[in-house]
Amino acid sequence: MTDRLGATQRARPTERARVTDRVRRADRALEYRGLPPWIWPVAAAGALLIVLPLAAMTLRVDWPGFWGLVTSEGALAALGLSLRTAVLSTLICIVLGVPMALVLARSRFPGQSLLRALVLLPLVLPPVVGGLALLYTLGRNGFIGQWLEAGGIQIVYTTTAVVLAQVFVSLPFLVLSVEGSLRVAGRGHEQIAATLGARPSRVLTHVTVPILLPALVTGAVLAFARALGEFGATLTVAGSLEGVTRTLPLQVYLVRETDPDQAVALSLVLVAVAIVIMLVAHRPTRWAGERL
Amino acid sequence: MVNTLVTPTRLAPLAATIALAVAFLAGCTTSTAPDGATPPPEARTLTVFAAASLTSAYEQLAEIFEEGHEGVTVSLNLGGSSGLVTQIQEGAPADVFASADEANMAKLVQAGLAAGEPRLFASNRLQIAVPVGSAAGVASLADLATPGIRLVICAPEVPCGAASVAVAELAGVTLIPVSEESAVTDVLGKVRSGEADAGLVYVTDVLGAAGEVEGIAFPEADAVVNHYPIVAVEGASQAELAEEFIALVLSERGQAILAEAGFGEPGA
Repeated sequence: MTDRLGATQRARPTERARVTDRVRRADRALEYRGLPPWIWPVAAAGALLIVLPLAAMTLRVDWPGFWGLVTSEGALAALGLSLRTAVLSTLICIVLGVPMALVLARSRFPGQSLLRALVLLPLVLPPVVGGLALLYTLGRNGFIGQWLEAGGIQIVYTTTAVVLAQVFVSLPFLVLSVEGSLRVAGRGHEQIAATLGARPSRVLTHVTVPILLPALVTGAVLAFARALGEFGATLTVAGSLEGVTRTLPLQVYLVRETDPDQAVALSLVLVAVAIVIMLVAHRPTRWAGERL
Repeated sequence: MVNTLVTPTRLAPLAATIALAVAFLAGCTTSTAPDGATPPPEARTLTVFAAASLTSAYEQLAEIFEEGHEGVTVSLNLGGSSGLVTQIQEGAPADVFASADEANMAKLVQAGLAAGEPRLFASNRLQIAVPVGSAAGVASLADLATPGIRLVICAPEVPCGAASVAVAELAGVTLIPVSEESAVTDVLGKVRSGEADAGLVYVTDVLGAAGEVEGIAFPEADAVVNHYPIVAVEGASQAELAEEFIALVLSERGQAILAEAGFGEPGA
């Protein structure tokens, strides 16, 4: 009696691959996936809830006039401003977020879990609330703002305020992503490097950073997406002025009633950017131990 | 292995809870009127879509209307006029529409959603609003063009913004705003909090925020007046009530309430 393994061992090299493949396919067919049939309609309903509104919006687009709408003066100003501020915000998030993630993942001090909760708060805080908080800090009568204004530095109503609002809401995405990867990676490699004589800074740049690079890319991409779509905080602390503080979401908000065609066209641009970002950030990677 | 969930000791409290809940719910249903008494008036809701600047006046009018009509609830939807028109066009159930300017009312009429001719019921003018005790030295419209003054106005796309632009053009003043908001309430909010040195809002907004902002009138405001029309919406579920509400707004009592809030005469 021959078993499956016996069959593969006795076959010729080229046939071995074909038989192994057949074995693997049979294996998968017999595999239990844990999906009872009724799961599919429920999952489909959830997917439709998200996909249908996007489809509905795509149907509303004025395709012949699309290019003209998207390249109108206000739209181009908003698009340029959005891209510039989102890129700058993402860079700031990387510079500030990686050290934060390192401290949260690798050190231990009293009150750390509370600090972590506070730092991740913007993830769940309504953006308008974040904007109000920033306003009460940096505004004319603000906590820090009053001293800045006395010194002649104005933050509110400037592009700086836009960048700050975006950093406020997107920093947690980067911190979360990098911290998670640091915890999973462990300290083994760093310890080895240290025993080989590397100083802490060298360990950081030559060992830690390469390890967390994939998570950093994912986190940065998510932070960029969040910064690009930021609305509530920007409106509250920065105001809305073309070319200065009116980012793309604010432009959509402004023209949605008076020029709905432009609003839909710009919305579609944002959706397209978001889809690309999601494809990059959540590309299918193999989870540890998963058999696909 | 015995399923502990359905053993008698667990089941009895569960059954008791269900029985109590059913009894409670049954007791909560509206009881029928005792024989011989007149049935209570049918509960009806009148949905009124009105411009945000009409908030305080219309809240008062809604109360008066509810007092005069038993069983009727007035549901107010207050917001930017252009947003309200869009909502009605997309099928929102409105019975009455009161707009902050004639341009938005024209949009509704063009869409064939106005039941009858819109009638003017109020007018509103712009006024400069400054924070109380402001040292920015704003005393006239020309002062708004001073560089360094933090001026906040409505974006030209919304009625108060269009009026601001018209007023500035008439006066030959170039406004340099730091922010163009989508709603006049946002402009007022920024002036109130002191984040703006000056804002162009309606007379009614300044009156409504009395004590928190100071109003500065300027002559050009009289040349650019926003006329407020009101109309019943085509296909409204409460057409009769809609007409009665409009009658209230146009009545002496309604006009007095509007005047108290700072509105001008219709057609003025």
